[in-house]
Amino acid sequence: MSDMSAKPNLSAGVQTAGGVGTAPVSHTEHGDAHHDEHEHHDQHWLWKYVFSQDHKVIGKQFLITGIFWAIIGGTLSSLFRLQLGWPEGTMEWLTPVLGKWVEGGKLNPEFYLALVTMHGTIMVFFVLTAGLSGTFSNFLIPLQVGARDMASGFMNMLSYWFFFLSSLIMFFSLFLETGPAASGWTIYPPLSALPQAIPGSGMGMTMWLVSMVFFIVSQLLGGVNYVTTVINLRTRGMSMSKLPLTIWAFFLTAILGILSFPVLFSAALLLVFDRSFGTSFFLSDIYIAGQALPNQGGSPVLFQHLFWFLGHPEVYIVIMPAMGMVSEILATNARKPIFGYRAMIGSLIGISLLSFVVWAHHMFVTGMNPFLGSVFMFLTLIIAVPSGVKVFNWLATLWRGNIRFTTAMLFSIGFVSLFISGGLTGIILGNATLDIQMHNTYFVVAHFHLVMGSSAFFGLFAGVYHWFPKMFGRMMDEKLGYIHFWLTFAGVYLVFLPMHYIGIAGFPRRYYAWTGFDSFSQFADMNKFISVAAIIAFAAQFIFIFNFFYSIFRGRRATQNPWNSTTLEWTTPLVPGHGNWPGEIPAVYRWPYDYSKPGSETDFIPQNVPYSQTQSSNLPYEQELAD
Amino acid sequence: MSALTIVAVLVLLLVVFGLLFRLQILSSIFSGSFTRDIGMSNSVNAVLMLVFLVGGGGWFAYSFVENYSKMNPPIASVHGHHMETMFWTTMAVIGVAFAITQTLLFVYAYKYQYKEGRRAYFFSHNNKIEVIWTIIPAIVMAALIFAGWKAWTRITGPAPKDSVVVELMGKQFNWLVRYPGRDLKLGVINYRLIDASNDFGIDLNDQASQDDFTVTEIHVPKGHPVLFKIRSRDVLHAVYMPNFRVQMYAVPGMPTRFWFTPTTSTDEMRAKLGNPNFKYELACNQICGKSHYAMKATIVVDEPDDYQNWFASQKSFASQNPDLVASFKKKAIQDIAKPTAPAEPKEVAPVPLANASF
Repeated sequence: MSDMSAKPNLSAGVQTAGGVGTAPVSHTEHGDAHHDEHEHHDQHWLWKYVFSQDHKVIGKQFLITGIFWAIIGGTLSSLFRLQLGWPEGTMEWLTPVLGKWVEGGKLNPEFYLALVTMHGTIMVFFVLTAGLSGTFSNFLIPLQVGARDMASGFMNMLSYWFFFLSSLIMFFSLFLETGPAASGWTIYPPLSALPQAIPGSGMGMTMWLVSMVFFIVSQLLGGVNYVTTVINLRTRGMSMSKLPLTIWAFFLTAILGILSFPVLFSAALLLVFDRSFGTSFFLSDIYIAGQALPNQGGSPVLFQHLFWFLGHPEVYIVIMPAMGMVSEILATNARKPIFGYRAMIGSLIGISLLSFVVWAHHMFVTGMNPFLGSVFMFLTLIIAVPSGVKVFNWLATLWRGNIRFTTAMLFSIGFVSLFISGGLTGIILGNATLDIQMHNTYFVVAHFHLVMGSSAFFGLFAGVYHWFPKMFGRMMDEKLGYIHFWLTFAGVYLVFLPMHYIGIAGFPRRYYAWTGFDSFSQFADMNKFISVAAIIAFAAQFIFIFNFFYSIFRGRRATQNPWNSTTLEWTTPLVPGHGNWPGEIPAVYRWPYDYSKPGSETDFIPQNVPYSQTQSSNLPYEQELAD
Repeated sequence: MSALTIVAVLVLLLVVFGLLFRLQILSSIFSGSFTRDIGMSNSVNAVLMLVFLVGGGGWFAYSFVENYSKMNPPIASVHGHHMETMFWTTMAVIGVAFAITQTLLFVYAYKYQYKEGRRAYFFSHNNKIEVIWTIIPAIVMAALIFAGWKAWTRITGPAPKDSVVVELMGKQFNWLVRYPGRDLKLGVINYRLIDASNDFGIDLNDQASQDDFTVTEIHVPKGHPVLFKIRSRDVLHAVYMPNFRVQMYAVPGMPTRFWFTPTTSTDEMRAKLGNPNFKYELACNQICGKSHYAMKATIVVDEPDDYQNWFASQKSFASQNPDLVASFKKKAIQDIAKPTAPAEPKEVAPVPLANASF
């Protein structure tokens, strides 16, 4: 962390505006007068690094907490992959770690369910929501729109610490005597409501719900901040049509979160009532553990409606920030403008709107009225259109580019590949007729692990590799990055492509073993293969973790704009202090994708370079603005 | 011993990698502060992109063909055959899209790798192209939606009047099966009547219950529509029969239903597969607790004559449980004496799965 305390070194490698004349705002000129206004030099370390209100520190806090959770989530998946790959094998050797959850050399089936439940919860919420959008929305929004900080630094700090509290509760629930929540990450009642049904629905579920309530509070505090910042704190000239696509993605993601997380909150609250105060929102006609329960009139399907009203937008909350970052990174490293900037924004808006009206495609076979099934099938399959537009635009961005394979670029290309592979099978699952057979099989597992799990992870990696120099003033090692990428990319496909075969054969998910069924006896070898691939792919992530932490302290010093990028964050000092720009905030004159513009000397023109300084490359309408 | 050797080798490998890494860092620090020069590694990655496309695509094609025969559960229902056609047609459509887009992605990545002196083509947008690649997928989607919608309304539409009715009730962790008996009416059940001797909670005071019978193995006639009425008495379960392409949740407090027509008898399927032990299986496909993975039932598809004989040979639940019948009679008399009747046994309104009138 010694680096972060270093004063912004303005002279080191400053490369203002890439040689296209002088930037309108000279950083050194205004110098320290503004410095003191916006930076608090003698802050106690506690306020500087722990209870910081600086969006950059908060972003890093989210990232590091996210990495911690990703290791936990990955470890859990390795454990259940061991079970699925070798259902007859012994787990005796894991007794020192798992204790009583290994009985006579066998994994306890209830603990297996707890593993898949916690893997899902951790990955979806704690890693890919908080760790991805929490990190980059915080880190990039003020830097890219040209703001000193978030609209409310204090709320932003609270957002992290509510997340931290939520993490703490969830983490401790892993060590409960009765085990953590075990009714699937979707926590469908009555299973999640009745400790008689599964022990994980006792204290484990209570802690899950409490943790999730704090998590939702954290998301809302963050989301309100992101939206307010994007709307109100854009620098001079930064109109909405000049925003980088990252910001558009974060902005829409935050809106989705604000509108959908409260619904999960209500579902959680009603479930708490059912569990603890004897209400019957989701319970009816239940006879369990030798007893008929008094609850009548509730509907378990109602819970599913409430859950998926968040749950479906949630997958876009996970994937859209990745889409935004990938758009940015592809354009930068192909040295080409993103193709169809407005179409990209339009498709993001289209996806955001549609994401609210497709939730019941998770419920085609729950006994929901089939007419609703028809409507939701129609709306669901329409999402393929804006998603397709995005893919075609990314491909067109690469076309006739001049591609530099930075690690971030590799992960962005990987993202597009995985998004295509996973997205296309959504066309099968969104079809109510085909979903009758595919629902809750491994086909679904394969589908969403590619399209939202692995893709979003690739977006996260791309973002970390790309913005690491801005975060820590140092570079991550590229060779290690390449190895990390190729192992992960191959690993992901080796795990999830064969999983489709198993799904087509009808293997149900959340099964401890398939050995009891003759119908599901044919893929034992394939399951071993998947398990081996999964564990290797997980092990490869430690290359990243090593690279990340090593580079924070010992990585090579970065230059101010190592990727020759156009956006505003690269106009800040190498390691920006609180307040981001030591002098005035630069004004913005142009869109963020002026790469390889004909007539320009350099192959990029930063957003803060006015048209008057680029006479040779201006397009006719730009020339009018310059005069 | 061998484990120790493996660990030692791994540790040594790690040390070697660590040293190599350190050497590389030191040498690059020696060469000054970070300036990104685009050298060998750029073209290596570009070539790897192509290798990944060809190698990965080849492996995918090979493993797909290799496993194809294991993928398709043998089909034994009328709508199952339609679904199968639709599934593989859709797979072909998305397969084409998959092949085109992935090929373009990796080929572009290879072809447009950095070259000294070349400049990327400044091409920011083209609305005509955007319209084209919006409309073509939209048309394809419209066709898929239409086909899916037609099949969906047919499959989930009302069951034929003469369907054989079978009631399935999910409980942790097995399936209970009830048939309506000769009157073809299922008697009233009430979850408050459930106890060790009355798993279903059958109300034996209901006239329609008298001839209902329960079994452990489901029998259905070949070529005849079968209507499953599905319930759960504790948590969510799901009736999943991959061979019949049938799936429907079992929801406590909300009966659901699914109808289908079996096309192949168990014997015929055994002959066809050359597997004398083949059985149609029913799996629970909604997480329901500890033994979720073992919650199984089997289905026998009989020739219609065999089915009728089997049906006729079943003894009613009432006749097998005279004590239970007696206790119900006693209770009924008490209830008449007491004006406060127990919770009204209710036949919950059927979900509109089969009766929807749209």
